[in-house]
Order: sequence, then structure tokens, then C-alpha cells
Amino acid sequence: MIQCKTSKAISGMGHSMKRKEDARFLQGKGHYVDDIKLPGMLYMDIVRSPYAYAKIKSINSEEAMKVPGVVAVVTGRDLEKYNLHWMPTLMSDTQMVLPTDTVMYQAQEVCAVIATSRYAARDGREAVRVEYEPMKPVIDPYKAMDANAPVLRSDKEGKKDNHIWNWKVGNKEKTDKVFDTAEVVVKQHMHIPRIHVASIETCGCVADYDKVNNHLTMYMTTQAPHAIRTVIALVAGHVGLTEEKVRVVSPDIGGGFGGKVPVYPGYVIAIAVSFLVGKPVKWIEDRSENLQADSFARDYHITVEMAGTKAGKIQATRFKVLADHGYTDASANPSKFNTGLFSIATGSYDYDTSYMEADAVYTNKPPGGVAYRCSFRVTEAVHAIERITDRFAFEIGKDPAQLRMDNFIKKEDFPWKSPTGWIYDSGDYHAGLKKAMEAIGYDELRKEQAEKRKKGELMGIGISTFTEIVGAGPSKDFDILGIKMFDSAEIRVHPTGKAIARFGTKSQGQGHETTYAQIIAEELGIPAENIQIEEGDTDTAPYGLGTYASRSTPTAGAAASIAARKLRDKARKIAAYLLEVSEDDLEWEPGKFSVKGAPEKSKTIQEIVFAAYTNHPQGMEAGFEATHYYDPPNLTFPSGAYICVVDIDKETGAINVRRFVAIDDCGHIINPMIVQGQVHGGLTQGIAPAMYEELIYDEDGNILNGTFMDYLVPTAVESPHWETGHVVTPSPHHPIGAKGVGESPTVGSPPAIVNAIVDALSPYGITHMDIPVTPYKVWKALKDKGAI
Amino acid sequence: MIAQSFQYESPRTIKEAIELLQKYGDDAKILSGGHSLIPMMKLRFASPEYIIDINRIPGLSYIKEEGGMLKIGALTREAEIEHSDLLKKHFPIFGDVTKLIADPQVRNMGTIGGNLAHGDAANDHPAVMLALNATVIAAGPDGERAIPIDEFFFGFYQTALQPDEILTEIQIPVSQHGTGSAYHKLERKVGDYATAGVAVHLTLDKNNTCTSIGIGLTNVNPTPLRAARSEQALFGKELTEEAIAEAAKYASEDCSPSSDLRGSEEYKRAMVAVLVKRMIHKAAERAKA
Amino acid sequence: MNKQITVTVNGTEHTLEVEPRLLLVHMIREVLNLTGTHIGCDTTSCGACTILLDGKSVKSCTILAVQADGKSIKTIEGVSAEGQLDSLQEGFHLNHGLHCGFCTPGMIMRATELLENNPNPTEEEIRWGISGNLCRCTGYNNIVKAIQYASAKNRGVETASTEPEFV
Repeated sequence: MIQCKTSKAISGMGHSMKRKEDARFLQGKGHYVDDIKLPGMLYMDIVRSPYAYAKIKSINSEEAMKVPGVVAVVTGRDLEKYNLHWMPTLMSDTQMVLPTDTVMYQAQEVCAVIATSRYAARDGREAVRVEYEPMKPVIDPYKAMDANAPVLRSDKEGKKDNHIWNWKVGNKEKTDKVFDTAEVVVKQHMHIPRIHVASIETCGCVADYDKVNNHLTMYMTTQAPHAIRTVIALVAGHVGLTEEKVRVVSPDIGGGFGGKVPVYPGYVIAIAVSFLVGKPVKWIEDRSENLQADSFARDYHITVEMAGTKAGKIQATRFKVLADHGYTDASANPSKFNTGLFSIATGSYDYDTSYMEADAVYTNKPPGGVAYRCSFRVTEAVHAIERITDRFAFEIGKDPAQLRMDNFIKKEDFPWKSPTGWIYDSGDYHAGLKKAMEAIGYDELRKEQAEKRKKGELMGIGISTFTEIVGAGPSKDFDILGIKMFDSAEIRVHPTGKAIARFGTKSQGQGHETTYAQIIAEELGIPAENIQIEEGDTDTAPYGLGTYASRSTPTAGAAASIAARKLRDKARKIAAYLLEVSEDDLEWEPGKFSVKGAPEKSKTIQEIVFAAYTNHPQGMEAGFEATHYYDPPNLTFPSGAYICVVDIDKETGAINVRRFVAIDDCGHIINPMIVQGQVHGGLTQGIAPAMYEELIYDEDGNILNGTFMDYLVPTAVESPHWETGHVVTPSPHHPIGAKGVGESPTVGSPPAIVNAIVDALSPYGITHMDIPVTPYKVWKALKDKGAI
Repeated sequence: MIAQSFQYESPRTIKEAIELLQKYGDDAKILSGGHSLIPMMKLRFASPEYIIDINRIPGLSYIKEEGGMLKIGALTREAEIEHSDLLKKHFPIFGDVTKLIADPQVRNMGTIGGNLAHGDAANDHPAVMLALNATVIAAGPDGERAIPIDEFFFGFYQTALQPDEILTEIQIPVSQHGTGSAYHKLERKVGDYATAGVAVHLTLDKNNTCTSIGIGLTNVNPTPLRAARSEQALFGKELTEEAIAEAAKYASEDCSPSSDLRGSEEYKRAMVAVLVKRMIHKAAERAKA
Repeated sequence: MNKQITVTVNGTEHTLEVEPRLLLVHMIREVLNLTGTHIGCDTTSCGACTILLDGKSVKSCTILAVQADGKSIKTIEGVSAEGQLDSLQEGFHLNHGLHCGFCTPGMIMRATELLENNPNPTEEEIRWGISGNLCRCTGYNNIVKAIQYASAKNRGVETASTEPEFV
């Protein structure tokens, strides 16, 4: 049971408070970027390349300009005059805003059409004639490494190949030595394919430049408004848009999942056009544009190996990664982490030897490398370790649950240093797996499976016991473009004891308006109902790096807690003054200070706040406000134990996920209802890449599934009835012991599903399936093994 | 996603609609449910100059039994077919098929006439109509004509309908006692076009002999396909496992699927065999019920 | 050539001059400024634009405004009297059936017709019934629960617990 220190009326931590933000969404009063309409607003549509790699011979806008309502066609050459045709990526690579001579991937922006209506802009787009000279693209990342492969980034001086970077961590020599002498070595190559976040709201903006005041207001779909403002100032400062002249507003966001972290060319073009014509410019992507051109996630080719004893002791792991970054490295990782936090791939197991190496290459595919509800490449890492752990168990003939139990880091061994240098803060992996096994009835399921196997029926049970790494991050290591990855909270309590609090993060559905209020309610005893939360407006909110990578609770949530504690300290002083006792004589309970031994002598927080404005002690600063910028001392390490049961139709390959139990440990829980909701949603975004989603390109770089007809986002029918639960091991270094949860289920569930499918197929000697595992792939595997 | 401009006409009679078709010829498209046409127009894969919206022509939406025939008006929505008591009673296959067409909202707009007239081998009704031996009624400048379903599907997105004809009704012989039918398709996710789909309609006498049989296949051929050799393998024969297996084998051999994102040609042929077998069993169960 | 149409939206009659190609969803959002109806795809796949047209749930991105001439439209803005949530809205709120809120109006409009046709649906019927609406946030469990809540409330039977099923 989750313990609550506050009453339901206060609704601090642990209460399943119903969400404060719901009312507007339920009544059609949400305010998303496409709902914004400004006087004189123009609309932008974008001409995109049909080729993956081509020279642009000419762009003819004559016919387009004849279309009624079309006011301009903007090309790379036009932007070049203002030096706005290139921009930096978040990884300090470079990216075209609009091309001047070459297109590097299919659906790349070629030029923009500006018109007085959405319809006219589209007609104009159809009327632009572009002449291309197609070239043979590089699509396969392994071929991109060939010595004779064409050098794609010839725009970079001295660039002689398609290699972007090499990254390594761990002790190679020691690792190789363990592998050389190990009793058992298992090895698996896998591809974690390119996928897309596909939030139901696509990306878009309204750029509103006011010539008279030289001021830009940028309404846009961004998860990180402050960082974006800084980027805009860095890119456009030279034309007068310095940071104080830029206001970024992130209105309600219809899902982000990482896809709304990057700066897309469309945003920059809209700003440039608004700057040039002095009118607001709206750009809203179509779904196909969103799927075909916006940042992808994953696309890691991984070879993973595990060394161990015949008895089942894991001794070492080794990873080799090839990362396909497309045309530019536009990942959204902290600057020093090329591969994000992939080095968490050593997993939940107690061993001390590991080596990892990764290379990244350019290809003629869209740029990206963002998360997909995942903290910086953790999904790839977890998939590799949880798959190879199952391979190891299978190899030595040990039950995969038992093998995990035997190798888990023990509860008492935390904080625990991983072979790649992370300090895991806390966890109780044994308790999690035990709870999951009991919830699903593991032993009975194994018996049922044995019976079914005798009859030739295919049933599989798959486990994933993962460790997440979230809450980036401590400023000594974590920054984006040099800006440290702290986050912030500012609390202002009004004289009547009601409050407003503002944050540097930005909710995209996570329920910040409720959970942040609950954290402050917990600390101050002001009812959460009376605490208004605001985010997303850079003119009013304190600076912060935004919401992604499950970082809001670990960073901004901590900031809220500490800012509130500063206020509680002030409240203690005021209470002592009002009650004419010493501060040490006071006792706090949520919502009031009372005198020790004389509980009838007390002051409520509301009385204290009122006094802060009406009767504060001489010499004390008036008012009741506090700000905190929280720099986390460490990351947090949530974990989970997931078990999946599948039944497979042998004749068709159809996979039925019969049950799925997820036990999560995200430390102290602020709002169980919201945590559970996050887990449900993350699980569906786990089954999605495990069984349905993949961006598929042919050898010419044409995307084969760039709409929702073929990019298969699961519906309520594909999504199982999720069963969820939790264990709690608080984070010892976080002010409220919370860890973050938004992404754990997406990270942890795919290997549970794949392990279940492979388990079902294992009687036929099948030991691995690459995701997405489709009925066709299952059928093919069975066919190849002669099983059907 | 926005369509190119067009002129919109909404005739109130079939005669008026036919006159418009005669006037505009190939530049015109008929708008029925619109859920195949409008997406194609939005993506600008289709840019007709004239849209003739037939939804305001009264009397084209009905499901009725008349003279031993089941008659379905061309503008009858999929949702009405899905929930029709008359169809549930005579032809549970319509429940099978409509549930698998797109999604509930699309079924509220999509019409059975449009589903057939589109001539798309990926649509589901064509296979069902082949299995049920339906007749398509088309109205043209010279009045109505009846087109047997086997003469209706011509080529890729092509039907026997002339540019100045409108599909108005589908007629299906009402089944006698001992008849059963079933449809299923494999799909990547709910609402998808078929990886492979199979419709079976059969009649069994008291000796378990197959006295009528129709088998139609979805999305495994350039046109909707009747599995003729499979039907012959069963007609007049006792419905044994061997006979069913033979029919399944013939269907998988006679279709002509192409490899795509849904699977390889080999997979689709194998799925046709599996589904033929399963749908024969399901139809037979219903026939005996 | 523009067409004049008359539509009744949430009980109010509007006479409009529209281009034939104007999509119903754009008429609702941009001509009538009812922005609760959303657009999430190009291919009639996501259901964010679902409204009721003469009581039937339809995807307004795949219908021309001219097709709605003479018809009655209900959007999310017309579901509740000011501030008074109906049973579905209440169900979504109490059961955490929404996160980002973008798919929610379409989900509620679809669920409205679902419950009209089938007042007491099974979980499977609900899942199939909302299969034309994509939600990227919730994983659907709580949407199903929200619809079950509304079903029970509409039928006057006791509603299930709205507490999370967290073990």
C-alpha cells in the first residue's frame, strides 16, 4: 500500500488525485498550436524531395506564384542571403534548413510556399516545378562504411568518409580475457529498427514576428521551450533576434515522446518568413510529412555477447553497435553522450566486466536519433541485454526467471557501481520479479506450457527485468549545447494562501499540472487543488531543459520540493513570530505549525502566508515566493520486472499476447493513478515496436510505409489488457525519493514480448527474432525450420 | 492534405446522375461513401474535375427479401449491413466481413455499392459476392442491366460498369436450408486491408455432400478471384478432410499474390490454403446449425 | 464554384458559402472556430476528427462540408452543457482516460455512438468499437474503463471503482 502523509483534502503525495488539466481537454477547450489563429496570418506548405539523393537543377515557382493566394515561394538560395540556410543540430552537427543544391533524403524540405490560406498554400505546393538529377543513394549503414562509398557530407571540409564518431566504454582487454576462457559464450546480432514516435498531434508552429517592436513570439510544439529559445537566438541573433527579443510558447502538446525535442527546418523557415514579411506564419505538418521527415528513433544494429559459467553465473558482456543516423547526427542526447545512455546495457546483473563500442554513420535517410518514449538509447540497451540473458538461459538449459534471480544485484549492495561506471542508486530486483511471477502464476504457466508442447501447441513465456537510467542529469556530465541539464521551479504563494508555480519543463500529457501541485501540497500542506501550475512560456517560466527522458520528476519535481522546503523554513520563522515561541519549539504537520506540547497553539500555512504579506517580522523579506534550480547529484535508476505470455497460431504465425504483467519500481509514487496510466501507455508503445512498427526503406531510399495506412500504430484491439503493479525502493538522493516512470514500460516491454515469442518457438530451434516480430516473420521462421 | 478544386453536383435522381455522367465522362467521379475516393483526392492521387454526389438520390439504401432474392441497395452503409437482422438470419457472413472492414466510423459512411464499384481486389465485399453468386444491377442511359458477379471485375481497379452507369443494387439468391457461409481475412492490425481473405458459401445435404459451393479470395490476385478449381473439387462431393485439403491447395495455387509489406507471395499462398480450410469448416458448421 | 450550405452544429444553424473541396473538419475548425475536433492523419486512420453527423460517428476529415448540407452535427463542444460533464466525460476524468487530450474529443464522440448502439458492451466490444481511434498515450486500458463507467452510469447501475488497479 502506498502511504499518504496528507489528507485527501490536501492531496499530497500518494493520492490518486484526479487530474486538474482534464476539464479543458474533455470539453474541447484544449489549446494546441493548430488552434491558434492570428490576424493576417499566412500559411506555409513545404515542397519535399521525391528522391533520397539528388542534385537540384532548378526550382521554378512561376506557376505557383500564379495560384490565387500564394504570396511567396522561399528557397534555400533566399535563406542563404541571410545565412539562415543551415542550422546546428542538438549534437553540434549541421543540418540544412532548405537546400541550395542537393537533397539528402526523401521528403527533405526543398522549398516553402506561403499563402493566405491553407488551401492556397497546398495548391501552390503542387504547382512548384523542381528539376532533379537523382544520384545513387547510400541506404545500408554497413555499405556506408565501405571504402568506396560516396562521401555524403561533402559539405564538411576534409570529410573523406561517412563515419560520424566512434565511442567506447569499459575494459576491452579484461573483457576479451573473460570471453576467451569462459565456459559458455552466447552471441546475437540484432537490429532495433527505425521507428517513429507518431504522436497523434503532428508538429507545427505559428511564428509571429512584430516588426515594430522587433520581437518574435514563437508558438510551437516543443518539449523544451527554453532550450529552443536559446537555439533560435544562436541561429538568428545575427539578424537581430537576440534572446530577449524571442518568446517561445509551447501550448498544449498532443503527445511528444521525444519527437518534439528537435528543431525542425519547418520552424526555422516559418520564423524566417515571418521575419521577412512581418506577418504571422502558420506551419502544420501532415501526418505523412511527420512520419517521413521528422526525427526517427532507434536504428541500432547491435551485436551482443554474454560470457558465463555452465552453472549460470553471468561473467561478462560485450557490445558492438552500428548506429544509422541518416543524413546528419540530429540525435537529442546530452552533448557528451554520443550513444546516449546505452552504457546501461550491462543490465540488472551483478558482474564487473563489460566492453562496448559504437560507430555512427551517415546515410541518405532522414536525420534523427531521438528517443521514442525512452531515455537516450536505453531501449536499445535493454533489448540487447534482456535478449542475450534469455539466450544464455536457453543455452545452458536454465529457467530464465531462475537465471535472473541468481544473477541480480542484491538489494543490500546498492549503491552499486556498474562495469561501465554508473552508480545505481537503489533497487530490489528480487522483490520485483517475485511479485511479477506470483501475479502471473509463473509456475502454473510453465506447467501449462509443458502440456501444450506435448500437443505441438505454441505457447511462450517471456521475462524482462530491466534497469532504467533517467533524470538527466548532474551538471558535471550533462549538458545540451553547453547548457547544463538542471531544471527549475518557482513557487509564488498569494496572500490568501493559494499558489502558482512555474517550471522549466513542459507536459505533453504526463499530468504535471496535477503531480507538481501534489509535490508542493506535500511539502507545504496547501491543497493541491489550490496550486496552479504553469509551464511552456519562456517569458514567465524559469529556465529549464524541458520534458523528455523521464526527467521531469527527477529534476523539476525535486526543484519543486526544495523550493517548497525553502518556503516552509520561512513559514517556520513567521509562525514562531506569530506564536511568540522559538522556531525549535514548533512542530510541523502538513498544513500547520503547532507548539510542541501545546497543539492548540498553532498557525495554519494559510495564516502564515497571510502574515507574510500583512504582518511579517521586521527585517524579514515580505512575500512568500521561492525559486530553485535543481542540479541532481546522480541519475535515478527505476527498474521493472515484466512477464508476457503469448499463444501462437502455428499455421498463420499470428501472435496473441494473452497476458502481460508489469511490476515497476519508480521509487516513491506521487500519484498512483497517473503512474499507472503512464505504465499502460508506455506498454502499448512497447508492443508497438515489438510487433508492429518499423519505418521501412527500399534500396533507393524510398519510404515504403509513410502513412498511418502502413505505419501500424496499435489500436485498442492490438493492445492487451495490461496488468500492473509496483514495488517501492525510494531514490536515496532525490528529495522525495521519486525516480521517474514515463518511459520504463516502453524500454522494458519489447524484450519481454520477444522473449515470450522466442520461447514459444524454441522447440524448433529458433533462438532469436528481430523486431517487429510479425506473423509473417514467425511463419517464415517456422517454415525455415521445417516445423510447418 | 487537401484535394484539388472540383465542381460539385448532387443530383436528386438516377436519371439526373446518368445525364451528368454522360456530360462529364471520364472527368467525373461518383461520390458514394467517399472513403476510398476522398483520401485519394486528398493525397492528389486522384483529381477529378467533377464530383457527382449520389447520396441525395432517394431509394438506394435498403436491405430486403423479394422473390427469393436478397436485395441490397447500393447506398446501404456497411454499418447497416453489419447490424441488419435480416442478414444476420440468412447470411452471417455479412457480420464476418463488415466487422473487418476499416473501422466503425468508416463503416458509417462506406457503402456496399462503393466497395464493389471501386474494383479494388483488396476490398472485402468482392470475394463475398463471388462466393454468394451475386448479381450486380447497373443503371445507365438505356435503363437497367444485370451483371453476373463473374463478369463484373475486369482488371486492376476496373469493373464492367460503363462510364455512364451507376451501380444501384446487389442481388443475392436467398439460401436454402443447409447453407452456411463465412469470411475471414488476416490483417496486420484491425482495419487493415487483407494479407489474404477468403469467403466461403456452401450447402450441405444430409449426407454431408456439398450441393453448392462458392469461394472468393481477397487481395491475393490483381482482381477479386473466384477459386473455381477449389469449388469443383468440392461440388457434389462429400465434405471430407481430404476434399477440403485439395480445395485449399488449389486455391493457393490458382491465386496470384504479390510480395509486399504484408508478406511474401509464398506466405500469402499458404495463408489462402489455411483460410480456405478454416472458412469451409466454419461455413459447414453454420450449415449444420 | 462555391456552394451555399446550411448545417446545424451543436444546435445552432449556420448558413455558409463553401468551396466544394472544403473538408468538414476544416469547416468545423476554421470556419466555425470549434477547435475541439482535431486532425491527426491524412488517411482516415486516427479518428481524432470524429464527430456525430446526424447522430452517427464519422471522420470529418474524409467528408466534404457540402455533404453535410441540411444535416446536424455534434462536436465535443456540444456534448455537455457549460461545465456539466456528461457520463463519458466524467468517466474519462475519473478513470484517467486521457493524457495529452488530443485524441480525447474523437474518442468521446465515437464512444457516444457506441453506447447508443450497445448500452452495455463487453470489453472486447469496446475495444473493437474504438478501433478507428488511435491513442498514443494511454495504452487504452483506462479508456475502456471510462466507457464502462459511462455505460454503467447511463444504465443506472453501480459503477466500478475508479481507483487505479495497481497491485
